[in-house]
Amino acid sequence: MSASSDVGYHAQRQARWHYGEVAFWLVVLACGFAFPTRYLIMTDILRLALFTMSLDLILGYAGIVSLGHAAFFGVGAYAAGLLALHGIVKEPVLALIVAGLAAMVLGFATSFLVIRGVDLTRLMVTLGIALLLEALAERFSNITGGTDGLQGIEMQPIFGEIPFDMFGKAGFFYSLAVLFLLFLFARRVVHSPFGLSLRAIKNNPLRAAAIGIPVNRRLIAIYTLAAFYAGIAGALFTQTTAIASLDVFAFERSADLMLVLVIGGTGYLYGGLIGAVIFRMLQEFFSTITPQYWQFWIGLVLVVIVLVGRQRLHRWVLYVPNLIIKQVAGRKAVVAVPESDS
Amino acid sequence: MTSILTNLFDGVAYGMLLFVLACGLAVTLGLMNFVNLAHGAFAMAGGYVCMVLVNRMGWPFFAALPLAFVSSAAIGILLERTLYRHLYTRSHLDQVLFTIGLTFMSVAAVDYIQGSSRVFINLPAALQGQFDVFGVGIGRYRLMIIVICGLLTIGLQMVLARTRFGSRLRAAVDDPRAASGLGINVPQVFAFTFAFGCGLAGLGGALSAEILGLDPYFPLKFMIYFLIVVTVGGSSSITGPFLASLLLGIGDVAGKYYVPKMGPFVIYTMMIVILIWRPNGLFGRTAAR
Repeated sequence: MSASSDVGYHAQRQARWHYGEVAFWLVVLACGFAFPTRYLIMTDILRLALFTMSLDLILGYAGIVSLGHAAFFGVGAYAAGLLALHGIVKEPVLALIVAGLAAMVLGFATSFLVIRGVDLTRLMVTLGIALLLEALAERFSNITGGTDGLQGIEMQPIFGEIPFDMFGKAGFFYSLAVLFLLFLFARRVVHSPFGLSLRAIKNNPLRAAAIGIPVNRRLIAIYTLAAFYAGIAGALFTQTTAIASLDVFAFERSADLMLVLVIGGTGYLYGGLIGAVIFRMLQEFFSTITPQYWQFWIGLVLVVIVLVGRQRLHRWVLYVPNLIIKQVAGRKAVVAVPESDS
Repeated sequence: MTSILTNLFDGVAYGMLLFVLACGLAVTLGLMNFVNLAHGAFAMAGGYVCMVLVNRMGWPFFAALPLAFVSSAAIGILLERTLYRHLYTRSHLDQVLFTIGLTFMSVAAVDYIQGSSRVFINLPAALQGQFDVFGVGIGRYRLMIIVICGLLTIGLQMVLARTRFGSRLRAAVDDPRAASGLGINVPQVFAFTFAFGCGLAGLGGALSAEILGLDPYFPLKFMIYFLIVVTVGGSSSITGPFLASLLLGIGDVAGKYYVPKMGPFVIYTMMIVILIWRPNGLFGRTAAR
């Protein structure tokens, strides 16, 4: 077997759907029917999962460290809010796409700043952009509502058929559908040759350039795509909660996002989804113990994760599931262990 | 005309303060290549120690300042020996996560111990008010800051350039392996430098309570300012961050005075432009380390 067909074989086998993945989505769908009183928190988890997936695309696959991913979330949130408030685009799905595109435009524009420089410069520039947007939103309070946020947003029914109800049932299934569709697309992207080239760039940009990958263009493309995802997540936030306030841009949001991704694991798409579930559960747990100081425990979790080592932690977490899967489906079907990132 | 000079004076005082706060970070981030986002937490610790000593125990302000330095340095060396040490060789992402975690913990801990409202340090009467020099209003407190920080800067420069410890530190930073081969205890040098930087931050925190405001969210609010100083100033020497702090201080004060509506907009734009133009900082080395 020649080398190139060998690569293709392995890439294709990785891209195939596993039973575990199908089961995962069935469980998620089942949750929607099993806990009819918990729609609000579950919607929150789905939104966070989508947002985290967006960060995973640039951090886990392309290796771009960002401290200001909330910028795109915020733009999406305000765009969706303004579209609904002023009745420019009434239909939620269409508004969602428009809001995502708005964030995407910003992502494309700022990607040129981000691809320059090393990790540290990227951290600073992404953080600076998010802070800049927060300052702008505060400055133009006649449009954004300033610190009060956008108020009185009324959402129209989805496709003009399904209205948002007060229990959040429609919101949940709407978010789930959006998340699943975007997940399918992201899955397609990361397993495509394009996605493989991103991993090559992450591992060694110089080598990637040497084998003919246009590094900068690939980074711009994935950054723009990630901005679109984050914008959609922000728009979902506004549409399902009917508010948009300045804290969508807050640094804490970007920092929490990092934590979510790290809990779940970088470099595989389920990391964001699993991380979102664990993070929200931790947050609920800590805020029932100490309502005001839950941030302390979140910080402690971060410190411990880093000190123990992310890879070791994920091996522990996946140990039991993998043991079961090995028994049922044989040695080959092991759940993906997150890739190491240097 | 006089308002320009007064603003310039305030800007210089502000910039000097930023320099003292951030120069520890210039060492850890610029020289040791460790992204320490928790630097503001050490400054906050110093500020709160000073506040407790002065307000609750009745210590004189000038006696409390050295203690602010010592306590922050002690916390710094404790954390360096127990936690930070393990992370020097890890990726930037790990360092960022770790220090964000520490920052969150410090914010919540201080909130728990001292409450979430802004605190003030009782200043001696000699430092309050201002006097006029040729019609230019000079705040006594700000003048004191300029004097203290100016002396510190000169002292630092002398230590780095002239003393044995300074040359050891520069050697350890340039090439840790060769330095340890020459018998320099590199971890010790780094630990000491880290602690000293934390101490300076603590001193800066105590001094800044009056000007920047001290509350549990201090590390998050001013993190970006410290990072700006270091990234814009570059890491090749101590003069870079110093000039960057002055620029930032004057720019921020002038921006708030002349275009108050733009708020922090000016600073962030300035930072992004400079980083795009010179990714290694205004005064940095041209080649990436």
